[in-house]
Amino acid sequence: MTIPMEYGLLLAAILFCIGLAGVLVRRDVIFMLMSVEVMLNAAGLAFIVGGAARGSADGQVMFLFILAMAAAEVSVGLALIIQLYQKFKTLDADSASGLNG
Amino acid sequence: MNILFYIAACIAIIATLRMIIGTNAVHSLLYLIVSLLSVSVIFFLLGAPFIAALEVIIYAGAIMVLFVFVIMMLNTGSSGVKKEHELLKPSTWIGPGITSGILFGEMLYVLMHPASHPMTRAEIQPAAIGALLFSKYILIVELAAFLLAAGVIGAYHLGQKEKLSHHRYLKKEEPTI
Repeated sequence: MTIPMEYGLLLAAILFCIGLAGVLVRRDVIFMLMSVEVMLNAAGLAFIVGGAARGSADGQVMFLFILAMAAAEVSVGLALIIQLYQKFKTLDADSASGLNG
Repeated sequence: MNILFYIAACIAIIATLRMIIGTNAVHSLLYLIVSLLSVSVIFFLLGAPFIAALEVIIYAGAIMVLFVFVIMMLNTGSSGVKKEHELLKPSTWIGPGITSGILFGEMLYVLMHPASHPMTRAEIQPAAIGALLFSKYILIVELAAFLLAAGVIGAYHLGQKEKLSHHRYLKKEEPTI
């Protein structure tokens, strides 16, 4: 009756690969940050699935840490996006490829 | 009950795919929220109701609202959509698609080999998570607090506008005779 653990891990792998493809394909920094969110969420899903297979709370504790890390990462990332837009007037990640010495 | 897991998984995959291929930032963000909500349903089915609530409140609530605020502040509008169409050529999908597909195939191979482990439906109470969090993982909790403090300071520092002069003594003064 119960769902095998592999299906849950498979879903996490699918979501992670979609997020990875998004980071590689998109050049708009907002979309890249959203894809990174998808990847972090997939990693958290893998932890929850592992915790559910063992019946322990450790996986859920790890999800809490991933959540805290995602919040910190998003706040800094969005501040960087605002800086990028103020300097270059575009959201294209390639616009910031040159060094300014 | 099992069918709920499969439906939520399908919705999560479809919504995430729509998020990746969309050109309008707000539409993509809404698809991402749908994906996060369906993952939250999966958490609930796997016996993690506390984590499911946190996923809705923090991920789909707070973090996505931050995204909405930034998209509103930047206000790229229809010109952003047009620029996205120019940037997103179909040929760009080939390389990343192949590499992610290979990685996914490897993970599929690893996952499908060993014997199957059933997942328990036993609900884990939030009290158990809290007890574990503040006994075994107390050091990581403090490190997460450091990380969040660094995130706050970094976001504040990066978010402010560049000042022309930092201090009046650092300004170049006019020579006075």
